[in-house]
Amino acid sequence: MDFAFMGETFVNLLRGVPLTLNLAFVSLALGSALALLLALMRLSGVKILDWPARAYVFVFRGTPLLVQIFLIYYGLGQFRSVLDSIGLWGFFREAYWCAVCALMLNTAAYSSEIIRGGLQAVPQNEIEAARACGMSGFLLFRRIIFPIAVRQALPAYGSEIILMVKATSLASVITMMEVTGIAAKLIAQSFRVIEIFVVAGLIYLAINFVMTRIIMAIEWWLSPHLRRPPAVEPRLEAAHV
Amino acid sequence: MQLSYFELVGFGPNGWGSALLIATCMTIAVATCGFLVGSVIGTIVAWGKIAGNVALRWLADGYTTVLRGIPDLLVIYLFYFGGSAGLSAIGRLFGAEGFVGVPAFVTGALAIGVISGAYQAEVFRGAYQVVSRGELEAARSVGMHRWLMFRRIIIPQVLRYAIPGLGNTWQLVLKESALISVTGLVELLRQSYIAAGSTRRPFDFYITAAILYLFVTWVSTYLFQRAETYSMRGLRRTS
Repeated sequence: MDFAFMGETFVNLLRGVPLTLNLAFVSLALGSALALLLALMRLSGVKILDWPARAYVFVFRGTPLLVQIFLIYYGLGQFRSVLDSIGLWGFFREAYWCAVCALMLNTAAYSSEIIRGGLQAVPQNEIEAARACGMSGFLLFRRIIFPIAVRQALPAYGSEIILMVKATSLASVITMMEVTGIAAKLIAQSFRVIEIFVVAGLIYLAINFVMTRIIMAIEWWLSPHLRRPPAVEPRLEAAHV
Repeated sequence: MQLSYFELVGFGPNGWGSALLIATCMTIAVATCGFLVGSVIGTIVAWGKIAGNVALRWLADGYTTVLRGIPDLLVIYLFYFGGSAGLSAIGRLFGAEGFVGVPAFVTGALAIGVISGAYQAEVFRGAYQVVSRGELEAARSVGMHRWLMFRRIIIPQVLRYAIPGLGNTWQLVLKESALISVTGLVELLRQSYIAAGSTRRPFDFYITAAILYLFVTWVSTYLFQRAETYSMRGLRRTS
């Protein structure tokens, strides 16, 4: 092990971290909005809404992410004239937006199932109680259904976040220089595979470690009812009264 | 002259059908080999997690944490670049000159095996915990030895409860096999890439690849469902 080389590699690879995080967060943010829409479509009970959502989830969970990335990055180039005419070519010409688009569509399929599970796990009696108080519509969703569903879905969504951080590495295949992209370039230049692999692996592990801690903190914050009550000092003088 | 989509991916003189079909078989082959390697690794790691030895458990936990925390592409790069470098070094020890390449199929299957082993270990561990303690005690009390008990009591029951989880892992492995295309193994995605490059019809080929992947996952979901029903045939289930 050459520690000087590893230190140099670490500095080089750190330059890729902002892009890795950027890809993960942008696609997670856009993907979760799409996922909520898909989950609501599936739960609506309307067949015309339900079936497209089902098909979407089936297709995006059944094919490899790399195929989806290639389909968007290389495949859409075939329709350049069409995309040009509606002004979208500038968007799909950029590798960054193609990667974000593929990651977003992919995570939406997985997250929509997680959100659907969370929404379905909301106890019926809590909804009835809210209705009995006169709550309905969006207020019921915002105050009762959504918070409980989020609490139920958060552990599963946490692993989806970790999966997305890992999935950003595929963007390196379409020329994005995030952590894996830089690592692959360094390996091809120096052929010191083990050192670069160890450093890159440590960076990803550190990112994922921080992510899991943040999710655990949010979980703790969202479930005050499961926390132990604060220890109350026994009031001794009261016993003498 | 512009070929129609079906001429392009069909089996005619200008069609890429047979190449894509062979590549699909290659995808299934590399995924299956990787999955089997992963089963062996997964069994050993799960055993390490269950066994009482603290050092062993730390090792096994470290393995699953690391392999599930770093991108699969990175592991494939490690095997792809590292494998040849390692073999060349070993070759030099024995006096061989120059660069020794590792077949892409072997690197791919090993990389997938090492990754899926981490996931399968968790599946096996979870399934083992469902096996009733009483049955293990009963087996021991009739004088079964470790290996016999493992073969007759533990394996059949663990497999029964592991099938749904293994089904998920298989889907993961199948999709991961697409990453092997970066090593140059001509599997489905690589073949589509080659075909797309030489015909300049990328969309047609990648959408075909997606459909073929979808077909394989769909068939394997069905097979796993059948296996699950079969393994549960003697059991009454609640609800």
